[in-house]
Amino acid sequence: MATRLEDPRVVEFDVRTDEMLVNMGPQHPSTHGVLRLVLRTDGEVVSEVQPHIGYLHRCAEKIGENLTPRQWIPYTDRMDYLAGMNMNLGWSLTVEKLLRYELPEKARHLRVIICELGRIASHLVGMGAYGLDLGTFSPFLYAFREREKILDLFEEACGARLTYSYICPGGATADLPKGWLQKCEKFLDEFAPVIDEYHALLTTNAIFIKRTAGIGILPAEMAIDYGCSGPVLRGSGVDFDLRRDGEPRYTSMYDGYAFEVVVQKDGHYPRDHKYPPVPKEAVLGDCWHRFYVRMLEVVQSMDLVRQGIEFYSRSKGDWGTPIKLNQKLPKGEAYLETEAPRGQMGFYIVSDGSSIPWRVRARSSSFCNLSVVSELCRGCLIADVPAIVGSLDIVMGEIDR
Amino acid sequence: MSGPILLDRLKAQFGDKITGANLEAIDPWIEVAPEGLVEVCQYLKTQDDLQFNFLNCITAVDYFEPDPKKAAKVEWKPHIELVYHLSSTVKKHTLVLKVILPRWKDDVPGQLPEVPSVTSVWKTANWHEREVYDLSGVRFIGHPDLRRILCPEDWVGHPLRKDYEMPLEYHGIRGR
Amino acid sequence: MLPGVQVGQPVAHRLAYLWRAPAWGRPLLVERSSWDRCRRGLSIEGNDVVEFFEATLNWPSWLAWTAVALIQCFLLINLVAGGALFFIWLERKVAGRIQDRLGPTRVGGKFGWLQTLADGIKLLAKEDIVPKEADPFLFRMAPYVSFTASFCGWLALPFADNWVGQRLNVAVFFIVAIVGLEVFGVILAGYASGSKWSLFGAMREAAQVVSYEVPLGLCIVVPVMIAGSMDLVTIGNKQAGYFTNWFIFHDPAAFVVFWVYFTCAVASVNRAPFDLAEAESELVAGFHTEYSGLRWSFFFMAEYGSMLLVSALAAILFFGGWHGPFPIISQGLVPALAAMTGASVDSPVLVYLANLAGCANLIFKAVIGVTVMMWVRWTLPRLRIDQVLTTCLKYCVPLAALCFLAEVWFQLYPHTNPMPLNRLQWGAPRASIEVREGWLPLSPVSPDDVQEAQLTHSQEHRG
Repeated sequence: MATRLEDPRVVEFDVRTDEMLVNMGPQHPSTHGVLRLVLRTDGEVVSEVQPHIGYLHRCAEKIGENLTPRQWIPYTDRMDYLAGMNMNLGWSLTVEKLLRYELPEKARHLRVIICELGRIASHLVGMGAYGLDLGTFSPFLYAFREREKILDLFEEACGARLTYSYICPGGATADLPKGWLQKCEKFLDEFAPVIDEYHALLTTNAIFIKRTAGIGILPAEMAIDYGCSGPVLRGSGVDFDLRRDGEPRYTSMYDGYAFEVVVQKDGHYPRDHKYPPVPKEAVLGDCWHRFYVRMLEVVQSMDLVRQGIEFYSRSKGDWGTPIKLNQKLPKGEAYLETEAPRGQMGFYIVSDGSSIPWRVRARSSSFCNLSVVSELCRGCLIADVPAIVGSLDIVMGEIDR
Repeated sequence: MSGPILLDRLKAQFGDKITGANLEAIDPWIEVAPEGLVEVCQYLKTQDDLQFNFLNCITAVDYFEPDPKKAAKVEWKPHIELVYHLSSTVKKHTLVLKVILPRWKDDVPGQLPEVPSVTSVWKTANWHEREVYDLSGVRFIGHPDLRRILCPEDWVGHPLRKDYEMPLEYHGIRGR
Repeated sequence: MLPGVQVGQPVAHRLAYLWRAPAWGRPLLVERSSWDRCRRGLSIEGNDVVEFFEATLNWPSWLAWTAVALIQCFLLINLVAGGALFFIWLERKVAGRIQDRLGPTRVGGKFGWLQTLADGIKLLAKEDIVPKEADPFLFRMAPYVSFTASFCGWLALPFADNWVGQRLNVAVFFIVAIVGLEVFGVILAGYASGSKWSLFGAMREAAQVVSYEVPLGLCIVVPVMIAGSMDLVTIGNKQAGYFTNWFIFHDPAAFVVFWVYFTCAVASVNRAPFDLAEAESELVAGFHTEYSGLRWSFFFMAEYGSMLLVSALAAILFFGGWHGPFPIISQGLVPALAAMTGASVDSPVLVYLANLAGCANLIFKAVIGVTVMMWVRWTLPRLRIDQVLTTCLKYCVPLAALCFLAEVWFQLYPHTNPMPLNRLQWGAPRASIEVREGWLPLSPVSPDDVQEAQLTHSQEHRG
């Protein structure tokens, strides 16, 4: 039978557009390293996103089964390589938990200063790279300009600019050098006014708001269900921060520090009055809020560093003694999560009584944050995919380990 | 809620599906039988005073000593331990669940041990279970998309098993 | 002026005149005002040089025309290519300064002024790759199509009074049409690359350029209406005198429409925040993902050529073209020099000097326009495709249409114009403003001028 024109299938065939499978990554400018996203697109509309990871898998956990805990510290540096200090901290605290080691007062404040500076540096990259994802280049360099100053401070403290291996079980490899605190304070004084520039260039920019507000909305329940953490979780309005709600071994680090968890409560951020207002278009849990939480956390971390400097200069004693390279580990197991810049970074160590752990596990924050991407990108436009992935602020080194 | 009370409550609720516990460890843990895992997790998540709505991590620990001399000294039988770290964003408490599995299903090498998937309880289990399957070789029954995640799809073996040997060659690339 | 149209006609007559069919054909006629004629002494307009070759050197007609075409193409292609070299260097310097760094500093001694040349040599040395999936012929052709389109616009663009490759009485129309053709190269590149990213870029470009042509055309009609001519030389000369005579200050509609024009121009040459066709964070590099070496640099040259072209067009349409903020030609430089040397105001050397100054003036204005585009690029994030089209269809088109209507109103009722600057015609030579090509006399004209204009036209007709 000949097909007649009235046949609905004819019309459908004529009007239908072909779906296209597009490979975004692993070599793509805005997939933050070697993430590969397979997009199923209908024109500009993305109907499905399938992330593929593992291009940066370096068997860190397997390596950890063959090294002593102190030897493994450089491998933690290379997980979230934008916040190496915070990775060092997570692993050190986990090993200390297994050893039931009590940290001297001075080391505690040293760690707060260093880790909060690490958080600022990491968020600066996250912010700058997000601008890059949205097609503006300048904020990236403004962010890196300030980050360089933090790296200079780190370099002075430990000799490295990216992979620090500074914080280690038992304390840190060295004390802060003389005059470091003054330099750090000077940096904070210079940095405070710069944040307004970032707000002017990005947070309050009309195009930026158009590109991020209402895009990639992550409801609070879904965020928890997918194990999202850090700014991604708080951007969805969940009031949860391990620095306040974590295990005592971690929260005791922040004893005496005054800080408020950055999250929107009753429609207000804690520092709402001082910083740009939330635009009308923004919906809780969208890309804009995730970005904004990061920006406010930078301010909060500055505050914590100032407090840390105060405490550190008042405290007596030493900065702790690093454990021996071949320290015997007690039999048992310990799991600890810390609030790294990108979310909750957990380390798990199982020991059989020798100096080499039986099993090492790293729970990566970006790993869980990324797993939600296929939910967020359903039905968005191609241009929104980098916007959403960028707002999750992933680091592939941490995802693939 | 303290450990012993919770343990008693779970035992009262699930009976012999709670197969053991260690409340003196650094992180106290409760051992669950594989067949009761999903109900226990569902219970832990939905109870108003527990609300373990956040699955932090799933880890598989392979207890196996390839060296026969050392193997004679160890006090455990070869097995795989699945460790579930749970926490609650509401109640701000944590819990560790353990599931003990044989290294191979029916002790036939190559047959992966099986355990029910908890993706129906927490969505984050999806990727974590894929990772455990990929690296440690545990098959999760009921998982919607059980594929390798970190290793390439055609990779042979499960690297975090203690008896794993790196292949000599992978697509013309020297392995060791 | 058409014969029969009298000065001081009632409005109804003027309106009726608008609807008379022959009026629309009028701009196609060649206009020669007395002001123009007095400038012909040293014009490099094509026809005049041809005349020189034919009459003075006794060359055959075909040779004269070919020689002129080659000379002009050589000059213009050097301008476009040299301009691209300069603007790429400028862009890197501007971007560097905006981003708190130095930009190129070494190549060529100081300021890295030879950086682009070094890059160009590098690009020449690169392998010319044609992907396996590509359509080789179209793939190779696309950059040339793009560059040719961008280059052709320059043929009709005057640099000073009668300094123009080919003086067209529909130059505005020609340039807008030609600039729109650049999209063909881009679509061809995207289609022929055999890459999905390139295809996305090409489709975006097509959608974007097609929609932005509409407001762009509407915007350009406004200065055309003020001048009463589509001849860019005429439009430029109508703005002679002080900067108050610039069309941007003519009335509120013209003022608003310039900004719309600038937005649309940025969009139509694919610059940030409208650079969706090559959005590097989304589409890798968009339509030129698969290009390398010299072919890629042709796209680049086309982009910078177009940028300068639309900026120069804006300068002519809204900012007086070669007529500076202060009168140079009519009252400033030329009469001063004439008085000093005792030469006639129409002496070719003086006119040449005046035109040289005017040319520099125009290029300076165009460079400012390009610099603003760079400034915008390095400041703003990129829009999304739907937002780009929304900006065009929901904001630019209605705004341009509104301005168009307002301009019609101001043409009919000049006394309602709240910006009187332009009506004062400070420092403008009489002839350039009073002789009008088209339909509606803006200001009362003296009977002498009308007569002269009619005479000019009838002569042209007979010739």
